[in-house]
Amino acid sequence: MAEIPILDIQGVGKTYILNDSRIEALRDANLTVRKGEFICLIGASGCGKSTLLRIVAGFEKPSAGQALMWGKPIDGPAPDRGMVFQDYGLFPWLTVRENIGFGPASRGRPKAEVRDTVERFIALIGLARFADAYPHQLSGGMKQRVAIARVLANDAEVVLMDEPFGALDAMTRERLQDELLELWQRTGLTVLFVTHSIEEAIFLSDRVVVMEPGPGRIASAHQVELPRPRDVASPEFNEVRRELGARLHSHHAKKAA
Amino acid sequence: MSDVSLSQVTAAPPLPALRLWRRVRPVLLSLIVPLLLLFGWHWAVAAGMTRLIPSPAEVAEYMVDFAVGGIWDDAFSATLHIHLLASASRVYGGFILAALVAVPLGILIGRVPLVRQLMDPFLQLMRPIPVTAWLPLSMILFGLGTQSAFFLVFLGAFYPILLNTILGVKNVEPRLFEAAAMLGCRGNAQFFKVVLPASLPSIFTGLRLGLGLAWFVIVVGEMTGVPQGLGAVIMDGRTLSRTELVICGMIVIGIAGFLSDRAVVMLMNRLLRWSPMHRG
Repeated sequence: MAEIPILDIQGVGKTYILNDSRIEALRDANLTVRKGEFICLIGASGCGKSTLLRIVAGFEKPSAGQALMWGKPIDGPAPDRGMVFQDYGLFPWLTVRENIGFGPASRGRPKAEVRDTVERFIALIGLARFADAYPHQLSGGMKQRVAIARVLANDAEVVLMDEPFGALDAMTRERLQDELLELWQRTGLTVLFVTHSIEEAIFLSDRVVVMEPGPGRIASAHQVELPRPRDVASPEFNEVRRELGARLHSHHAKKAA
Repeated sequence: MSDVSLSQVTAAPPLPALRLWRRVRPVLLSLIVPLLLLFGWHWAVAAGMTRLIPSPAEVAEYMVDFAVGGIWDDAFSATLHIHLLASASRVYGGFILAALVAVPLGILIGRVPLVRQLMDPFLQLMRPIPVTAWLPLSMILFGLGTQSAFFLVFLGAFYPILLNTILGVKNVEPRLFEAAAMLGCRGNAQFFKVVLPASLPSIFTGLRLGLGLAWFVIVVGEMTGVPQGLGAVIMDGRTLSRTELVICGMIVIGIAGFLSDRAVVMLMNRLLRWSPMHRG
């Protein structure tokens, strides 16, 4: 008997109706994700990568096909699939501590348990000094750490990340990539990560899924065999980057032709 | 993980003298225009440009009499506290009533399409009618006296609170609903956890404007034949041609409105300290 995958996306399509015209954002996407996998979705704007992520999150319903988690159709957002937004999506009226505790508290966990969980994750992301600060007092990198901790504190099995480091400066981005990998290796999370950057995709993921626009669809998937920790300056890394870059551009060239 | 945001970096504490100057400077700056106007007023009266307006010194003298008596000892001496209390009770009564109706109604209009379709056109139609236009009808409906004043203050404060509440409730960032939903807070639970806190800044702006307008319309409200109140004092001053009384009433309303606004702003800054727009 085959193992049930944590995520199984079967022929998923999404069509929006906007001012009487139909916009096909995603067509016939198929993807199987094993527990613990780190997958990056990459492609140009309009390739449907965010739409796919939002369907897995449960924010959108597919117009065709189905998305399964542990073999059951996804029906709306739920704590087992946590989303990390590019613009953080933190509650501005809650402190760091309260933002992280929002999920467990909403789900009716006992107060003492919520407190313990929150303290553990504040320590994990290294923001003990800012535990009582409000989001507007934090830097972008700190906000994104809180957003990640908020999802993990709520026992998410799948973390969905929509260009989470896109708004950060290069140094902060590199540090957060390292931290994310460390967390992922320690916890056995499954990560679906949308990015624009080939380098980021290769650095982070087990598998890179290349998507292309018009209509948005999955073009190809590539296993990244490089051993971890990966060195972005190594010749092997560059080899993979060149190869993947060529694939991405050939997809685009085909489309332009 | 050692990056520190700029807003967290505090500079070395400045010298005490410099600190004092930083506190005093805005106060001094804000006094320049009123003092110039006061001087202009004094000069205009002294130069004989008008005989109908008393000088600042005369008004000041009358203000003391109005407050504590002992100078003129007429019908208005030492009655300031009575009129101020009467006006303040109408202002705050009308304002609180307006808030109690406008905030829940605004939330419903902002959140429930049926209520919006039912109420919004009607309210938009009623809104341009000025409070002064309601005066005669209000006197017929509520009689001469306190109830009428109450109603007019209520009307004045009602619309800014309502409109800002609707605005706040409708403009909650959609991202926050998604964030709440994926964290396990769905459906009606989102009302108290997301909608209410997110629209609080806007509701407070409405309350602040509403309270300001409540003071603004108190004179109209007290044209309805109430015996006491700052508006009544001003109306009496007009009929008796006692301009110094009118000016005293104006000054007291100005100061009372200002102080009550400061109180709201302080409360706002405390409750909304999470919001970058509400600090100071």
